[in-house]
Amino acid sequence: MTPREMFRERRRRRDLYMEKTVLEVKDLTKTYQSGERTLTVLDRVSLSLTQGSCCAVVGPSGSGKTTLLGLCAGLDRPTSGSVVLNGVSLNELDEDQMARVRSESVGFVFQTFQLIPTLTALENVVVPIELRAETHVKSRAIELLNQVGLGDRLDHYPAQLSGGEQQRVSLARAFINHPRILFADEPTGNLDAETSDRVTDLLFELNDAAATTLVLVTHDLELARRTQRVIELKGGMIHSDQNLQYPSRDLAL
Amino acid sequence: MKFSLLNGWVWKMAWRESRTTGKRLFLFVSSIILGVAALVAINSFGHNLERAVDEQAKSLLGADLVVTIREPFSEETEELFRSWGGDQSREVRMASMVYFPASDGMRLVEIRALEGDFPYYGELVTSPPEAAERFRQGPYALVDDRMMLQFDVEVGDSVKIGAFLFTVAGKLQRIPGETMTETLIAPRVYIPLSYLSQTELVQFGSRVSYRNAFRWGTSTNVDQLLEDARPHLDEQRLRTITVEDRKRRLGRSMENLYRFMSLVGFIALVLGGIGVASAIHIHIRQRLNTVAVLRCLGASSQQASMIYVIQAAVMSLVGGAAGALLGIGVQNLMPPVLKNFLPVVISFEVSWGAVWQGLGMGLGFGLLFALLPLLTVRRISPLVALRFTYQKENPLPRDPLRWLVYGLIALAICLFSLSRTQSWTQGLAFAGGTMVAFLFLLAVANLITALIRRFFPDSWSYVWRQGLANLHRPNNQTTVVMLALGLGTFLITTLFLVQGTLLNAVSLAGSGDRPDMVLFDIQSDQREEILQIVRSMDLPVQQDVPIVTMRLASINGRTVQEISEDPDHRRRDWALFREYRSTYRDRLIDSEELMAGEWHGSVNGPSGEVQISLEKSIAEDLGVAPGDQLVFDVQGMPIETTIGSLRQVDWERMQTNFFVVFPVGVLEEAPQFHVLMTQVGSAEASAQLQRTVVQRFPNVSTIDMALVMETVDAVLDNVTFVIRTMALFSIITGLVVLVGAVISSRYQRIRESVLLRTLGASRQQIRKIMAIEYLFLGFFSALTGLILAVGASWALAFFLFDTVFVMEIQPVVLVLCVVVGFTMLIGALSSRGLTSRPPLESLRAEV
Repeated sequence: MTPREMFRERRRRRDLYMEKTVLEVKDLTKTYQSGERTLTVLDRVSLSLTQGSCCAVVGPSGSGKTTLLGLCAGLDRPTSGSVVLNGVSLNELDEDQMARVRSESVGFVFQTFQLIPTLTALENVVVPIELRAETHVKSRAIELLNQVGLGDRLDHYPAQLSGGEQQRVSLARAFINHPRILFADEPTGNLDAETSDRVTDLLFELNDAAATTLVLVTHDLELARRTQRVIELKGGMIHSDQNLQYPSRDLAL
Repeated sequence: MKFSLLNGWVWKMAWRESRTTGKRLFLFVSSIILGVAALVAINSFGHNLERAVDEQAKSLLGADLVVTIREPFSEETEELFRSWGGDQSREVRMASMVYFPASDGMRLVEIRALEGDFPYYGELVTSPPEAAERFRQGPYALVDDRMMLQFDVEVGDSVKIGAFLFTVAGKLQRIPGETMTETLIAPRVYIPLSYLSQTELVQFGSRVSYRNAFRWGTSTNVDQLLEDARPHLDEQRLRTITVEDRKRRLGRSMENLYRFMSLVGFIALVLGGIGVASAIHIHIRQRLNTVAVLRCLGASSQQASMIYVIQAAVMSLVGGAAGALLGIGVQNLMPPVLKNFLPVVISFEVSWGAVWQGLGMGLGFGLLFALLPLLTVRRISPLVALRFTYQKENPLPRDPLRWLVYGLIALAICLFSLSRTQSWTQGLAFAGGTMVAFLFLLAVANLITALIRRFFPDSWSYVWRQGLANLHRPNNQTTVVMLALGLGTFLITTLFLVQGTLLNAVSLAGSGDRPDMVLFDIQSDQREEILQIVRSMDLPVQQDVPIVTMRLASINGRTVQEISEDPDHRRRDWALFREYRSTYRDRLIDSEELMAGEWHGSVNGPSGEVQISLEKSIAEDLGVAPGDQLVFDVQGMPIETTIGSLRQVDWERMQTNFFVVFPVGVLEEAPQFHVLMTQVGSAEASAQLQRTVVQRFPNVSTIDMALVMETVDAVLDNVTFVIRTMALFSIITGLVVLVGAVISSRYQRIRESVLLRTLGASRQQIRKIMAIEYLFLGFFSALTGLILAVGASWALAFFLFDTVFVMEIQPVVLVLCVVVGFTMLIGALSSRGLTSRPPLESLRAEV
């Protein structure tokens, strides 16, 4: 199956499950003990996302965006409340079971790219599928790297790539395991405007082709507006939850 | 674990991860190389030594059997010897003075008067080689090589032994089965037995031993022969030495030496382990993010940990293999280092057992120490990838597995030292000592960093403050470097201080108005004349002591033979059967202290009870107390005595001290000889007195304090040379760990220096800051080691050597300067280039 056929197959499945809930968050609360004081970073947040939907989480620094993302992706445990990811309740899993869930259905894009400095671009991209002990993984990775325009930089180490190039490698890595849901934490926060546009286009392009649910944490309202839904956090609570009138072009299939 | 180990991805990642971190992992490897090398070298050498002892067993004794006794062989014994047949040689050994007319020098030596073809196995190595045979044919002597050099004597010169003038036939270079260190104490001189009587050396009271050596070849069963003759041998108190006896005794002493060395080598390995822990710690610190990202991407904590465990295991194996190779090479250096202690010639052969053992030790210790920092990998949260500050908000809880690893390390140390010492007390004492030293160094290192933080010198200039502050910066290497260098410094300095203390104890014994020369073996009829000679030279006669030789016959009515045969007896045979050289006098002398009972200076009346005084430790060995009855056989005459008192004796004093002191009024008429002590003061006076006495009375021997000092010094030099060579492994490992620590923190230093330079610091200021940091690091490490060394030396002096600890300033200052100098040099060399490149270039290049 060529990548194109694969993506087509994915789209078909997306249509089938269009209304299926991928992420269900209920009364999610996270507090930290700081000396005598209890800091409430997230306060009874509830939301749900359906398959293939695309949502942005915005809000000022310290409003709890990244904490919410971490909890949704099973990187941390809530103080109270629950997260059901892809039908699996994360509360009941141990660390390694959560890791398996991530390996099977979650993709990440980080603000600081987070490529492994000791691996080449190609090796960075194959890590998620190699972790699942899949073989013949290289051709898919090369295809994806070609798609993000880095087909000639396969053997370069992160230190030899520019910021934009690193983020493109990280996009290829995020999509290689066909994630159900992709978490992107300020994906353009460390990039200049021009590079930023290119990376954003690529992100939406790949996301669309793979029919992945996208959770985008950002400060950038322009970027947020390219999604269907914008959730605004303030002081750890949902301040507003808007369904945008003009959803992104790519999603109006 | 099993699952992760079988996971190909984990191995692939371990390999990919290590490609760009070669330098750091190389440090890991080099930390354990030296420890493994030391152990492999020592073990391999040990095996070769064992083999050499086996192969050369017969030459260790020179014969199939040697029978010795302190008095001439009786007629019955001669009869027995004749019935035994085979080749036989006779040797008479005694201490005596030799005099070299050419250089006018004299020295106390061991004379060996030989008849027959001994040694039957092995050979006397002489220069010229034919001298070993030639000296047997006339008035010739073979003289210890080093002594000839010392007295500027050549082959062909004459040497006066007793009353007879011999010609030196050759230099004696090696005696089979004897070590150079043994001959340091009493250089050997061989003469033909047929000329012994002409020396007039054998007189009453002379300590002479008679030896008969036998060779039968393979035809005779020596053990059976001895078994059959046992009643006669026991009755005559003949001591027998077979090849097996000699091998066993030698094996024991060699084993002690070899065990000690492997323990010192082991310290280098433990130090290397600390280096490994430090290298991995830094490695993991820089991999926090990678691990977090891998966890985000779905790697389990076990998989993530396994990547680094595999790296550590492979590096440990590589280090072990490199160490084993180096060890095989280093093994060649051992025979020259130990030549003065070795009675056999050692040939080189690779011991595969030692190599495997080295590999195993390298892998085991490398992994064990690497596990400490690796445990944190399990706990790295994937959230770190999102927010690097996460760890601070949520500190890692204490890990119970960490205590398990500490326990395993302690267990490994205990097991190793137990396997080496093969004694519970010694093994645990060594393991405990090592761990106490480590904990002490750790405590002092922490104390020093805490003190710096607490009493930070705010008034110092910026450069000095920054240099000092670097010692307790986050991720600092202070503790590791202080442990590594401190331990090395500690070992070396302790050696210096103990040697100084021992030498001082010997020289103290001869200082002040204490005697510094002993004249012994003076016959009763020679005594008056010698006293006159001493007085005519205006020298004081500080002691003039009569000595009567005797043996113990019975204790409380039971003969020593009966006691010895009693399976329940707790007494020491050596004390039962030894020859006692006793004196008689009416008072205690100043080196003695009464511990129990009452002192009796004289016998009351001709039929009065003879109340003797025993030295405390011999009383313990004999299992007797005041009031017990002892019968002594004094030259065939039984003397009944009662123990009146026990004394403690300060044996270190240059004095004649005795196990048994009789009251006056018993032994005056017994055959006796005399010892005389005087204080000569200068070397000239000493030479003059010795010359006069020895020329007039050849049988009289003298011991000069200067000679004792010289001998003690030479023996200590030999011993400490070996220990120092071993300590060198620890020191070099310490330096490797230091290099590792400096290079590991290089990235952090680059960031710092870039930041400082961006803020306007000159390159010179940055270099100064680094130099100051290393100055402090070296200084504090050396200081900690020195404190520990002074403590240990004091304890050794006080508890083991029972003498006054002498603090010598010179070696302490020297060690301090060398350690600080080396630390600064290594710091400067490994930080080279940090300040010369543009800030950005440095940053990019080192990421």
